Amino acid sequence: MSFFESFRIALRALTANKVRSALTMLGVIIGVAAVILLVAIGSGVQQEITGQIEGLGSNLLFVFPGNFSGGGGGGAGGPGVEIQKRFNMDDAQLVQRRLGAEAIVVPVVQGPAVLKSGNRTLRTTIAGANQAGDQVFNSTYVAGRHYSRSEYSSGARVVMLGATPSKELFPGQNPVGRELTVNGERFTVIAQLAAMGGTLSGDQDNQIYMPATTAQRLLGSRDLSSIIIKAIDPKKIDLIKAQTQQVLRPKFGEEFTVFTQEQTLGLLSSLLGTLTVMLAGIAGISLLVGGIGIMNIMLVSVSERTREIGIRKAVGARTHDILSQFVIEAVVLSVSGGVIGIALGWAGAAALTRFVPTQVTWWAVTLAFFFSAAVGIFFGVYPAWKASRLDPIEALRYE
Amino acid sequence: MVKTYMLDEIEVRALCGVDLQVCTGEMLAITGPSGSGKSTLMHIVGLLDRPTSGTVTIDGVDVSNMVPNELSAVRNRRIGFVFQSFNLLARTTAQSNVELPLIYAGVSGAERARRAREALQRVGLGDRLGHMPNQLSGGQQQRVAIARALVTEPSIVLADEPTGNLDSRSGIEVMAFLQELNAQGITIVLVTHDARVADHAQRVVEMMDGEIVADRCVANRIDAAVELETLGAVKGVGQ
Repeated sequence: MSFFESFRIALRALTANKVRSALTMLGVIIGVAAVILLVAIGSGVQQEITGQIEGLGSNLLFVFPGNFSGGGGGGAGGPGVEIQKRFNMDDAQLVQRRLGAEAIVVPVVQGPAVLKSGNRTLRTTIAGANQAGDQVFNSTYVAGRHYSRSEYSSGARVVMLGATPSKELFPGQNPVGRELTVNGERFTVIAQLAAMGGTLSGDQDNQIYMPATTAQRLLGSRDLSSIIIKAIDPKKIDLIKAQTQQVLRPKFGEEFTVFTQEQTLGLLSSLLGTLTVMLAGIAGISLLVGGIGIMNIMLVSVSERTREIGIRKAVGARTHDILSQFVIEAVVLSVSGGVIGIALGWAGAAALTRFVPTQVTWWAVTLAFFFSAAVGIFFGVYPAWKASRLDPIEALRYE
Repeated sequence: MVKTYMLDEIEVRALCGVDLQVCTGEMLAITGPSGSGKSTLMHIVGLLDRPTSGTVTIDGVDVSNMVPNELSAVRNRRIGFVFQSFNLLARTTAQSNVELPLIYAGVSGAERARRAREALQRVGLGDRLGHMPNQLSGGQQQRVAIARALVTEPSIVLADEPTGNLDSRSGIEVMAFLQELNAQGITIVLVTHDARVADHAQRVVEMMDGEIVADRCVANRIDAAVELETLGAVKGVGQ
């Protein structure tokens, strides 16, 4: 009997048992689609988190007052750390002088602010820095410019608006050149920044940026919140860290902490690791569920199919006629189910990007497809193989 | 010929030393109470089962040592089966069911359809080609099975309790077809526990506990066609 004839027999058997064929295919579809979709969500989230951390800059050092190295290694600003001494502008200048052209040192002042423009009011956060601030804050300009060195030195009342203040105070308008009050003082808007979206470090859109000198005067403090150092050559980051510690130790002892980007990543690596394990788990469970679905429907139909094999053998089917029919049936169901599953999983992942970041990964597609296909083919063919070896009368009598 | 089964380590002797010769063109009935081994004997004759010891010879060829695929070919070309439970493929049309043996015989599509239609017309189901088994009555299903048995033009038709699941009228119709086939020269072996059904054959072999206890010719053979006429007449009077 030709392959073509076997193919026709198999297709006829599949169309004669539409419900069984559909249920078997459904097992494959669910297995494949679930794995692709869940892994896509998982790796999408993972990539987004990694991207955000890397977006902070891979060559940055964050210097915070207080000793974070002992006591369980909590995150920056975590509870339980008592800050004795804070940095001021002189400390930042001292570090800059020691590092010279190797690095850009940015003093950072943060504090609360109330913005007013006309009858509109907004609570926000000030981020004060020097003229190199845009080297460490990842911001994109919609309009305007960064404040200059002279504006920094003189403590000029100029302000750059994040996306939220622009939208709230000057809806639908270009705020550059307009005036507003910050904590009661009159400022000129020199830039409008693009939206960055929520990130791990909070809402970076609801911020205003101004010279640190201006911010200190406005907040009535001579302290710095932190010092951010950008290494010109990322390879020298460890050396720069050591030099920074050397400079600050005489005055602060151990009461300060220098975080590298890697350490920040390290803080999140356990989270990412958990995420990866979770992904693998989800993929495994989806495959298991899909596989059991396929197995069930195949095994449930064994007795009916064994009788069918008995009938076919009684009227003259040879062992390989039976086997080729069942192999073709299983392959057709598994492959078409797999293809539909891939399409569904992919479409689902695309549809979900509106709510969560998703990324379809090739290993998930391949793994899901081949695993489900293998389960489908095995459980489709194995019982048939066993039945095809029985004497016809035993197959006919099978209960 | 001996056939034993192992059931829970107890040896069950279904057939203990049976020697039976069926002549070409004969219509033979095997009778006996249930458990007497009559079905086992027929399954072995039909190559659906193998004897534990002994030989089966068809047209002078010893088939006892054939491999399964060779047995399939012999069943396909020389033997037609009619079972008590019909054994039609579910959710498959009457015509496709009848075509089944021809597929495995390697007959091409158009030829197959033509022969299947012919066979169904012979059993009076020319207008039921596209019906599924569950859309047919028991008698009609058994006729589909008979069409399937004769579509390959076999020399032997084996019928295992062909009337067992049928009402008496359908049963007589089936017997009429078997007698008609026999009249055309096809050897018929029929298994039944019903003495009246057995009397449609020319020769009756009686079995008991795995052995042949009687082998006789039927003196007053029943002609199913005559029976049908009588039934029709009775029905006519009744109305």
